[in-house]
Amino acid sequence: MIIDLQKFIANERPCWTELEKMIERLEADPDGGLPLEQAQRFHQLYERTAADLAKITTFASEPETRRFLENLVARAYGEIHETREKRRRFFPLQWFTRTWPQTFRKHIRAFYLSLAITVAGCLFGGAAIAFDPESKPVLMPFSHLLQDPAKRVAEEEGATENRLAGHKTTFSAELMTHNTKVSIFTLALGMTYGIGTVIMLFYNGVILGAVAADYIHAGETKFLFGWLMPHGVIEIPAILIAGQAGLLLAFALIGHGSRVPLRTRLREISGDITTLIFGAGIMLIWAGFIEAFLSQYHEPIIPYSAKITFGCIELVLLCAFLAKSGVAKK
Amino acid sequence: MKTNTINIRTPEGIVFSQQLAGPVTRFLACFIDQLCIQTAMSMLGLVVGLLGLLSSNFAVAFYVITYFVVSIGYGMVLEWFWRGQTVGKRLLRLRVVDVQGMRLQFNQIAVRNLLRFVDSLPFFYFLGGVTCWFNSRCQRLGDIAANTVVLRAPKISEPDLDQLLAGKFNSLRQFPHLAARLRQNVNPTEASIVLQSLLRRDEFDPLARVELFSKLAEHFHAKVEFPPDATDGVADEQFLRNVVDIVYRTKN
Repeated sequence: MIIDLQKFIANERPCWTELEKMIERLEADPDGGLPLEQAQRFHQLYERTAADLAKITTFASEPETRRFLENLVARAYGEIHETREKRRRFFPLQWFTRTWPQTFRKHIRAFYLSLAITVAGCLFGGAAIAFDPESKPVLMPFSHLLQDPAKRVAEEEGATENRLAGHKTTFSAELMTHNTKVSIFTLALGMTYGIGTVIMLFYNGVILGAVAADYIHAGETKFLFGWLMPHGVIEIPAILIAGQAGLLLAFALIGHGSRVPLRTRLREISGDITTLIFGAGIMLIWAGFIEAFLSQYHEPIIPYSAKITFGCIELVLLCAFLAKSGVAKK
Repeated sequence: MKTNTINIRTPEGIVFSQQLAGPVTRFLACFIDQLCIQTAMSMLGLVVGLLGLLSSNFAVAFYVITYFVVSIGYGMVLEWFWRGQTVGKRLLRLRVVDVQGMRLQFNQIAVRNLLRFVDSLPFFYFLGGVTCWFNSRCQRLGDIAANTVVLRAPKISEPDLDQLLAGKFNSLRQFPHLAARLRQNVNPTEASIVLQSLLRRDEFDPLARVELFSKLAEHFHAKVEFPPDATDGVADEQFLRNVVDIVYRTKN
């Protein structure tokens, strides 16, 4: 049966136009709600248009009108049935001091797992260097790490000119972007059911363990801590937090022991993943700055004890911040 | 089963479908976006050149950071402020939406854009493309994680039948009993086909258009035989307009 399409459109067109205008207003200003009267009218128009869609789908195969109504109903549906928290104004300071540390603590077990994988990598890397020093070129991807530690320390401490003079800012920018890319990659590999994230964390641990074992074995422990601690105490936790986010994604994908559908599990953690990775990004900006402007200077320019003390202070502050910031006062 | 539409059922029991964008269209949109990023960076290069006069160290650092921020933030910022569209998507009429038809949230945009890192493995979005090809909703890994889909969003306006039906003399209406029989014999699919072919008449090649209307006219001539007075000297296309007028407008 064919309905009188022209009459149908003529009768219903004012409602569709009114609904479309209301949707456009809501889309243009997502923060602005509707007064009760208008909200009721909006709902009424939505139901009427949805009924029109049902009618036109049942009685006449008229694809153009159907597509138009489908589009209208789809847009109105998104506005009416959205139950998640509405977008609020973003307060950067509140996000930094409350949302981020709270999110970190909420998923602390994923962080511990991330830490455990990295520590396992460290032990493996350290053991490999201790038992088989020949494996150094395989374990360390950076050429400057292949040098004999004692020789490098002698070169660094005896340097008469500043190697980084004139390109410290560039070096800092490169460190920030590179480390942030590694962090995002560590998170993104969570989509491989966490296998990629685990490999990244373990491999980072292997390099760290191998370098540490190499320098400690050469008797350059003080240099090692003075060199790595100022930036490492921020950079390494940042990578661990990225790993935490990646593992969170993997847990949601696997859904072990959960009866919640995959789509809901992913929806529940997407906000937390975003918070964690942006937090890690901020940490890496600081770490990149410190690595370029402080870590590369050694004795006699800056005493190792000062650098190590600075690193310890940073670590304590970071731990205190992540553990206490945003905790509700009783 | 893989289809090119996604159906959403509302709590009121209304089902509406949306057309999904295919991997090729999405790749083209992505290509356009990459061109935009490269163009923006080339222009920034000129600014950096000027900054370099003051400090080459600072200029290079500025370029490195800006390139990174633009390449990561381009999709996030545009999709957020343009409600699921970037320049490429806007040109090709695509839009990112929530998989359940809900409002798109910033977290979803951030996750789908951050996961480009894994989708682009090992080169040129190969992994993302393959996933998109085999996924029933044409989602890449970033879309799966963010619960989003990319839809075709053609510009849809209210249908206007006046251009086809209004104000023309209809020779078939001289025979109301035959017109009523025609209305009875034409089923919805046939009616839709003839209406669509008339609405899209300007999209056909001239020869194909003549051939199509000739075949359709022949089909509808066979439905009800009108006297020669009503059909002689009437072109096939005009005959079909008359048929649509009869079928879709029950009143004079």
